Amino acid sequence: MTLARADQASRRYGDVLALDRVDLEVQAGELVGLLGPNGAGKSTLMNLLVGLRRPSSGRVELFGRDPRDPASRRQIGVTPQETGLPGTLRVGEVVDFVSAHYPDPVPRAELLDRFGLADLVRRQTGGLSGGQRRRLAVALAFVGRPRLVLLDEPTTGLDVAARHTLWEAIRAFHEDGGTVLLSSHYLEEVEALAHRVVVIGQGRVLADDTVDAVRGIVGVRRVSLVADNLPDLPGVVRTERVDGRLHLLTTDADELVRALVTAQTPFTDLEVRPTSLEEAFLAITSGEAPGGDTASGDTPAGTGRPTTAAAGGLPTTV
Amino acid sequence: MQLALVHARYQLLEIIRIPVAVFGSAFFPAAAMIFFVVPFAGDDPVGATYATASMVTFSVMSANIFQYGVGVAEDRDQPWNPYTRTLPAGPAPRFAGRVLAGLALTYLSLIPVVVIGATLTAAQVTPAAFLLALGTVAVISVPFTLMGLAIGYSLPSKAAIVVAQVLFLPLAFGGGLLSAPGDAPGFIETIAPYLPTRGAAELMWAAAADYDVEPLAVIMLGVWVVLLAALAGWAYRRDEGRRFS
Repeated sequence: MTLARADQASRRYGDVLALDRVDLEVQAGELVGLLGPNGAGKSTLMNLLVGLRRPSSGRVELFGRDPRDPASRRQIGVTPQETGLPGTLRVGEVVDFVSAHYPDPVPRAELLDRFGLADLVRRQTGGLSGGQRRRLAVALAFVGRPRLVLLDEPTTGLDVAARHTLWEAIRAFHEDGGTVLLSSHYLEEVEALAHRVVVIGQGRVLADDTVDAVRGIVGVRRVSLVADNLPDLPGVVRTERVDGRLHLLTTDADELVRALVTAQTPFTDLEVRPTSLEEAFLAITSGEAPGGDTASGDTPAGTGRPTTAAAGGLPTTV
Repeated sequence: MQLALVHARYQLLEIIRIPVAVFGSAFFPAAAMIFFVVPFAGDDPVGATYATASMVTFSVMSANIFQYGVGVAEDRDQPWNPYTRTLPAGPAPRFAGRVLAGLALTYLSLIPVVVIGATLTAAQVTPAAFLLALGTVAVISVPFTLMGLAIGYSLPSKAAIVVAQVLFLPLAFGGGLLSAPGDAPGFIETIAPYLPTRGAAELMWAAAADYDVEPLAVIMLGVWVVLLAALAGWAYRRDEGRRFS
């Protein structure tokens, strides 16, 4: 059963196209990670799915209905941004307020206990630490015994221990049959939780695949060196020549360096660096752009094939 | 309905935890009572009753314009507000809750004016007229609530504060709230019937004392209600939280 669906959904803010014809389906029982750099359109997609904003064109659905219809939101859980909790209200009051909207809410004590907040019932939310506030915010998504929770960057700014506590809660919910759609710009978070990853960049779905396949794309490294001519090298996703240096984006830096040495290619000033998620996404996005990138014009012969592989933008071709 | 009460309760809780906010809307009309009404009309039972009714109108207007205008605009800036919109309830309970909480605070802000009117002036009101006036407060809250909502839903909070402040004094003076009925300077007498404050004040005067309302002012009040309701409804619908472009 499809719990959430976007069908060619676009959203425009003035001149900016934040979301560009996005297709997404979340089936019951899935734990889907929405991965993308800041500003990629993750939050916009979330906002469309929870009925906060209307798509400029296309459709979004929750349980087969318009998310702007309150009844369609009865079985979802959403997290407020931690900074958004009303500071003068007490923890218990915030939970009671949200509970009042659901027919069969989780009892307050049980919920607070599950998120390690039991001692804080009487505290005003304005006086909580960032981690406590974040935990309360995530707890609110589970008050109404939802079938689908949508978590927008649930652990941003948390320390490692707090992050793991939250991950446990999310996993437990999923193991009980709950469905989760969670956005993050940390590959690590998505790897730890999700089974399926949807990569979003510049408002478009760049990849929708298993965690392993997506890691193949975003686990790209940058090998840069000075050399006149390169042999045919394995696993190169993209080649650029900037100020006399060659930059090779590769999925397997070890293998590339080994091949370089085996071929006895003369080179100097070798550097291997991890790429940021942004860089990796950029490589995929610009590779997908029609007509390819101009940098490929001065790539040495022999690297034509890997560049085409990137043009597909699909994990299976990497 | 139950949800509306829940929303009202939490709105009040949030406001009451910062008592200065309540104090603010009660202060100006109470100060106006002490500085203008008590020394000038305090001894004359009829004049003092009209003046107290005018200050009550003033209080209702300022409490509502500020509460809704600034309150709604500030709420729209808070990330908590979009979150509440994801809860499985339509806009009605939140809206009704806000209006209930607003009405409760309006009555609260009237207490100082009424207490000053009763103790420091010769103003008199029969129990029946007092009850009628209480009901009238709810009626005349309508146009100012709508005005506040129109401001709050169409402007960012910083602009809403300015617009509310710019509006409320001319509305009070222009509607003749700071002079006895029929006793305002000439040009004010001319424009007053066309302002919502005058129609509201006429109703208050008629409720609290023996006064025949001027039909034009009351008809214009009705026109204002329709206009402001349309404006507030439009502003609410186009609002999708704070706008960025």
